[in-house]
Amino acid sequence: MARALAAHAGTGPRLSDVSKARSRRTSRRAWLYAAPAATVLVGMFVVPLGLAVWMSFHKWPLLGDSQPFNFPANYTAISDDRLFTAAVGFTVKYTAIITVVLLTLSFGLAVLVQESKRRVTGVLRTVFFLPVVTGLTTAALLFLGLLSPSAGPLDDLLAHFGAKVDWLGQPTTALISTVVMMTWRFAGFYMIILLAGLQAIPRELYEAASIDGANRWRALWSVTLPLMRSNLALCTVLIVTGGMVAFEQFYVMTRGGPDNSTVTMVMTIFRQAFSQFNLGVAAAMSVVVLLGLVVLNVVQMRLLGDTDEVAR
Amino acid sequence: MIQRRILSGAAGVGVLAMALVGCAGGGSGAGSTTNGGAAEPVTLTMWTRSVTAVQSQALVDAFNTEQNGKIKIDLTVVPFAEYLQKVSAAASGHNLPDLLAANVIDGPNYSKLGLWSDITARVAALPFADTLAPAHIAAATTGGSVFAVPHVLDASSLYYNKILFEKAGLDPEAPPTTLQEVADDAAAIAALGNGIGGLYLPGDCGGCLAFTLFPSIWAAGGTVMNQDGTKATLDSTAAADVLGIYHSMWANGSMIPESRNEAGATQNAAFEAGTAGFALLGSKALGTLKENDKLKIGVAPIPGPDGGTSTFVGGDVLGISSSSKHADAAWTFLEWSLGDAAQLDIYAKGGFIPVRTDLAENTYAAADPRVVLINSLVKGGQTPYSPRFFQTFNDAQGPFLALVREAIFGSGVDSLPKANDAVTASLEAGA
Repeated sequence: MARALAAHAGTGPRLSDVSKARSRRTSRRAWLYAAPAATVLVGMFVVPLGLAVWMSFHKWPLLGDSQPFNFPANYTAISDDRLFTAAVGFTVKYTAIITVVLLTLSFGLAVLVQESKRRVTGVLRTVFFLPVVTGLTTAALLFLGLLSPSAGPLDDLLAHFGAKVDWLGQPTTALISTVVMMTWRFAGFYMIILLAGLQAIPRELYEAASIDGANRWRALWSVTLPLMRSNLALCTVLIVTGGMVAFEQFYVMTRGGPDNSTVTMVMTIFRQAFSQFNLGVAAAMSVVVLLGLVVLNVVQMRLLGDTDEVAR
Repeated sequence: MIQRRILSGAAGVGVLAMALVGCAGGGSGAGSTTNGGAAEPVTLTMWTRSVTAVQSQALVDAFNTEQNGKIKIDLTVVPFAEYLQKVSAAASGHNLPDLLAANVIDGPNYSKLGLWSDITARVAALPFADTLAPAHIAAATTGGSVFAVPHVLDASSLYYNKILFEKAGLDPEAPPTTLQEVADDAAAIAALGNGIGGLYLPGDCGGCLAFTLFPSIWAAGGTVMNQDGTKATLDSTAAADVLGIYHSMWANGSMIPESRNEAGATQNAAFEAGTAGFALLGSKALGTLKENDKLKIGVAPIPGPDGGTSTFVGGDVLGISSSSKHADAAWTFLEWSLGDAAQLDIYAKGGFIPVRTDLAENTYAAADPRVVLINSLVKGGQTPYSPRFFQTFNDAQGPFLALVREAIFGSGVDSLPKANDAVTASLEAGA
């Protein structure tokens, strides 16, 4: 914009003054428009972030107000916390599983809705999207109730077939139960994003592909997927980031159990702050997780975003 | 806040007007001036945890009525999960309320941090000082000074279902007197089958397990920690005996399988549904559990492995915050709350445990021998003392829960020495 104006300004001296003044005005007005959003951003994001970093450099108990500077004690305490190091492994494992499951399933749902008869399309879309309007904690509580051996219907139902599953009592089943809940809750959301991508692909391309002798799988592989790269990238970034900061689903459904087998990174941060009353270490952990997320997202953007530009 | 100020301002104007009217009338002028000059009306602020809301509110309402404006208490009930955060924020801003309640296990922590003012002399001067729940006073005492008094008591005891006792051919009026007998009776009840289980334990809730298992260890003369709460002693024979009996109950199926995943929220459910022979619950449960054709509640003290009894005296203590400017008025409330009238007409009548051991037997409790029993447990009960109790024993990812789960649901009591070291490491971490 500025460069365009500058180039334009080169045509004549008088015009230059006018457009310079105009450009100054425009820029001032732009700042004015951006100010409310910028204020919110600074107040709600930059300031708390700075505070968290500052806290992470101090001994900061939840009760009591002695706060001597103790960098890097809070950071070295992280590597001593076996729970945190184990949580990193679990969180990565969970993220990998949920990414694959959610991406595959929501893509499948999107194709299903796209290919369905027009009358059913709306119904299907609504049905798949409905769980999204439930709060995450609410959904987790709902599943906790459904899976409860004393209160839920699922165990009675299975008992009719002589089966019994300890849904939240074993490490593997607890993880699977949570993944199922998250899939139920989020598949519809990612389906909508992917559906938008699917609908943007011109029909002619498929016609051309079929004339070239491509079957459905080939068309999916060579037409649909490449053209949906940006939508898939968006979904992946959202799912991976969401997975790395997973908290509510495990806090409500498993509380990290059984026997600390489903403790995520954010849960260990929460524990340091509100169970160990150690806000300094909790802040240090948050900073470490944040840095990890920044690196991860930069890598993801490089891998998924750049090739997208080339394809275009 | 502003509204309150306007209100008290208005009240002040009203008092002034009344005084003027009194003067104009002449007659009883002398009486009204001494009344008005006695003390300025004081408004005290008080915070309690949501778990004690009913009892705290009943006390404050009665007190405010009785004081008739001379001292008024503004009670704020804080959700228990946010209590420490709120106290912490207020402490650093010197905005603590005049009366500050705390979970009794946090007593040492509050005292150490200086959140309460020292009330040793005031407490000692009470005619009934010796009868105040000894476990609570011990938890509120640090370095020989008393910082708080008992506010709400919750004592753990053994609940059993008399209907299931009869069905299993046991005598419903002769509850078990040793933990081994509990295990035997639980096995007999579990043998009834048909969805009936022996004992239900909150097996995934550290705080609940301390509340229900420690009394058996104390009953056997054992300890759970050293004197100042910096070293765990859960590798003792007493602890091994207790956990060993629970391990056998788990292994032979007399413990209900869902116990392993019970995080506390639904710990009354199985007993209330009449499908559990035994449950270890707090005294509050007696008021909330409803008897029906499947459940007739019997209460017994929690026994040790070979006899003896004890209880975990939980609940909340109440102190005067160190920044309060109305310590005398606040003490007036504390003293009143411990007096005979409040203890009998509010505590005992409302079905709450009196905080004084000399009032365990009273006219209200006499109606139900189970209440007398629970009240009488307080005398021999204990409250563990450690500045890091919550961080160590209530932590869902903490070493104590891991210790109990390994000993009961896992490999058994051979794991105790190593697990005990982990508990000690957590207790020491803050020191």
